[in-house]
Amino acid sequence: MESRTTRIALRVVAFAVMGFIYAPLLVIVMASFNAAKVPTWPIVHYSTHWWSLAIHDDRARTALENSFKVAAAATAVALLLGTAAAFALSRYRFFGKNSISLLFVLPIALPGIVTGLSLLSVIRYFGITPSLTTVVVGHATFCIVVVYNNVVARLRRSSVSFEEASMDLGADGWQTFRYVSLPNLATALVAGGLLAFALSFDEIVVTNFTAGFQETLPLWIYNQFRLPNTAQEVNAVAVFVIALTALPVFLAQRLMRDSGGLTSR
Amino acid sequence: MSIPSHPAPTAARRRISAFFYRRRWLKLLTLLTPPLGWLLIVYLAALAVLLATAFWQQDVLSGKIVHTWTWANLQSIRDDSAIHTVTRNTVQMALLVTLTDMLLAFPLAYYMVRVASRRTRSLLFLGVLMPLWSSYLIKAYTWRLMTGDAGTINWAFDKVGVGPFHIAYTTTAMWLAFSYIWLPYMVLPIYAALERIPGSLLEASSDLGGRAGRTFRSVILPLALPGIAAGSIFTFSLTLGDYIMVDLVGGNKQDFLGSLIFRYQGVANDLPLAAAIALIPVAVISLYLVLVKRLGAFEAL
Repeated sequence: MESRTTRIALRVVAFAVMGFIYAPLLVIVMASFNAAKVPTWPIVHYSTHWWSLAIHDDRARTALENSFKVAAAATAVALLLGTAAAFALSRYRFFGKNSISLLFVLPIALPGIVTGLSLLSVIRYFGITPSLTTVVVGHATFCIVVVYNNVVARLRRSSVSFEEASMDLGADGWQTFRYVSLPNLATALVAGGLLAFALSFDEIVVTNFTAGFQETLPLWIYNQFRLPNTAQEVNAVAVFVIALTALPVFLAQRLMRDSGGLTSR
Repeated sequence: MSIPSHPAPTAARRRISAFFYRRRWLKLLTLLTPPLGWLLIVYLAALAVLLATAFWQQDVLSGKIVHTWTWANLQSIRDDSAIHTVTRNTVQMALLVTLTDMLLAFPLAYYMVRVASRRTRSLLFLGVLMPLWSSYLIKAYTWRLMTGDAGTINWAFDKVGVGPFHIAYTTTAMWLAFSYIWLPYMVLPIYAALERIPGSLLEASSDLGGRAGRTFRSVILPLALPGIAAGSIFTFSLTLGDYIMVDLVGGNKQDFLGSLIFRYQGVANDLPLAAAIALIPVAVISLYLVLVKRLGAFEAL
């Protein structure tokens, strides 16, 4: 449909936008090898000094572990509750359904600072001691929405008749869920779970309000920025984390393309 | 392919299954109670406490919150012209960033769906997705370095013989950084919306004599609108409440609603006033949600 000129123009714009997305990431990777004490550009001397510093930093490692724990717990809660909510709201009709659907959008529609401040108000009001648990509770709240959105989108596209057929053929409710509904949802769950994990892993706005003395990785990074001559080490940690997460994301994405997930047509 | 066989359920399990099957409301209740309970107790109740806190007061001497009802916080917001300016600046920035991201994301998503080969499309899709997994803080900090007087941007300008420009800690720097960081949140919903448009509709349009421009305006754009609206919720809301970028890229030179709330809560330790100010973004977003819900944004999230 598009003319040749349009197609070429689109290609130029598309790759310019991709360049805009990747240029800063390239700067981050290069900066982590900058030998200078403070970030400078252009880079004169390269070194792996900041990398060895980062690898031997115990505080950074603890923070990384905390982030993994928090993200794993929040994602687990989100997968269970988000999927249940998606089934309830897309397979049933009931009074108040619209208001409840709205409630399931709110935690990602309202800015994080509102969620954070609300939870802080509760923490102060009831005199709760902030810990990693309060962070998990805060994160799970928006992670539920992410999983819910992914599963609802899948359920909307898939027919109930498969589940009905399974029941007609003698399977009970659990078997139908296990052998019919779940395989159909698998890629949506992987996509939703990954996104939920990533959002939690990187979250700072809500975390800042709900964390106690234990640091997650973003909190460690934010605290490092307050200290002199630490930005370079932070760069190395960041690149390490990108490298660490790139592979599972890439694999999951391929998996989904092959089985009718997000990227298929 | 062999057909997997599964044992028939035991009598007891069958009875449980039949019990739930006959009572659909019970199944619904079992499914809905845990997630709904979570959101009601953790989220909605917390919002209610926030609302209540906005009407309480901070005891100046003890720093404790006094639970007596007062309009004082809301009145001080009404009378403080500085807060009005900050609100205006924040909303302007959020709208500007949203518009910028629409303009950047749409051609990219359109290219991915309608022009690119299958292989290029999935590579680009991964390419858009990956930055979501690299630290938001590091990206913000990198923009602080890139927008510096001796930063990457001025270095690049110098190479082509223009500049240097002073953009460090300015609104321009923040506009660039915000637009950059929220861009994937705009690309993904637009991509999903464009991808769902069946090719037959476009053929029908051209069969009926619609040229490329007409097809775009009358078929593609209206069908892509829910996706654009869904993306705009993210870019608008994320900008509206941000305080990290205001600190790292803006150097706290200019206040935004997020940074104001954060400071009142942190440095000033005045949670009630912070809660009252937080009602401003809640009100703005609520208004925005009402607007975009009509465009079908919620179905495209």
